[in-house]
Amino acid sequence: MLKELIYIILVGVFANNYVLQQTTGICPFLGVSKKIDQASGMGLAVTFVMLVATAVTYPIQKYVLEAFNLEYLQTIVFILVIAALVQFVEIVLKKFIPALYKSLGVYLPLITTNCAVLGIAIDNLSFDYVTNFGTAMVSSFGVGLGFLFAMMLFAGVRSRIENCPSPKSVQGLPVTLIAASIVSLAFYGFAGVIDGLLGMN
Amino acid sequence: MEIITALIVLAIIALVCAIILTVAATFFAVKENEKVVAVRDCLPGANCGACGYSGCDGYAKALGEGECDNPSLCIPGGDGVAKEIGEIMGLTAGDVVEKVAYVACNGSCQPDNRKFVYDGIKSCVAANLNYSGDSMCTYACLGYGDCIAVCPRDAITINPEKCIAEIDPKKCIGCGLCAKTCPNHIIHLVNDTSRVIVKCSSHDKGAVTRKACSNGCIGCMKCQKTCPEGAIKVENNLAVIDYDKCTGCGACHEVCPVKCIHLENLICGAHFE
Repeated sequence: MLKELIYIILVGVFANNYVLQQTTGICPFLGVSKKIDQASGMGLAVTFVMLVATAVTYPIQKYVLEAFNLEYLQTIVFILVIAALVQFVEIVLKKFIPALYKSLGVYLPLITTNCAVLGIAIDNLSFDYVTNFGTAMVSSFGVGLGFLFAMMLFAGVRSRIENCPSPKSVQGLPVTLIAASIVSLAFYGFAGVIDGLLGMN
Repeated sequence: MEIITALIVLAIIALVCAIILTVAATFFAVKENEKVVAVRDCLPGANCGACGYSGCDGYAKALGEGECDNPSLCIPGGDGVAKEIGEIMGLTAGDVVEKVAYVACNGSCQPDNRKFVYDGIKSCVAANLNYSGDSMCTYACLGYGDCIAVCPRDAITINPEKCIAEIDPKKCIGCGLCAKTCPNHIIHLVNDTSRVIVKCSSHDKGAVTRKACSNGCIGCMKCQKTCPEGAIKVENNLAVIDYDKCTGCGACHEVCPVKCIHLENLICGAHFE
């Protein structure tokens, strides 16, 4: 059982990284990855929202949508619920944990309808290894960690790029995209490694 | 039939979300201090930190909650902002002394006269790590523009002929971020009423300075002897002006043999806004 959980987390972080392999959540990945502290703040906020979103959408899918045969409403219901949830979390944080609100607050509105968050909420329902509520939560946690990892990694890459002279035609966003694709290619090296490592195939 | 079920389910979910949000917004509402908001609105929002707090929000919070009772700390805002804050908080605003930054380097040792070819990262901090940078004078402006990167108002440019930073006093808001960033510590803040500045930072002996730069202060003491107020003194081979005594008569500027004492109009940008 423990091996399975470790497998789910490792897959989320390395083999099935949502930013670098699924190319979801590119907007914050390119927008907030200039400095490592902002990148880690954004990564933590996304991890947190992914966890909360899964905690709400998984039961809704199982006990509401499937009960009424309304699976086709999945996208609109999930967007609605996640957006409301993030607003709720923002209000509660502001009241009870102002310090956390200050560090995460600016990022929360940015990720209300982030596609990585919606993506994991929907994908969790189709993964083979997600069998119940617990594994769904672990899967979201792993993917969130993967997002955080990719953000921090890329913040490091970007700070190197800024100090390097690049040809005028690719300065700014183009060279950032090229670097992102190289990092993404590097992550394809992890495909299959996790399965072999834990003997899961 | 199916569409009605779909509509009802969606409507119920939306209604539940709406109710939860409404309840949360009323029960968990955070009462923000009205004074903090009012003070924050009249601050300029440059977030420069010249007041000593972490940005404009920090200063507004300190004022609004009574931690700080001095409304005149905002240098970019100047007298106008201090007066507004004073009215909101019921405090008497002191006179804000607007400050202006200047680069204490004449830059005549640049750019053809370099110690070595520096080919590393284009940053003053990095260049300064290699034998105090590539310029002949170790006190000189290196001209890689670390100050430009931190300036919130784009007031600094690199003079292409001299390869040194120059600050436009009309745009400068006196926040002092450039002075903190400069690795050679050659950017200084002065009151914007000052007229005389020494544009050199070299503490080397006259002969050494002279070798590197034709406009550097050689510590000849002429200015010290000429000044009718006794406001200028040569310390460690460099002329230093005591702005409490300086009247801006310009006598030192007249006698300086290397012309490193400048007469300039430093009325700062805050007065134009």
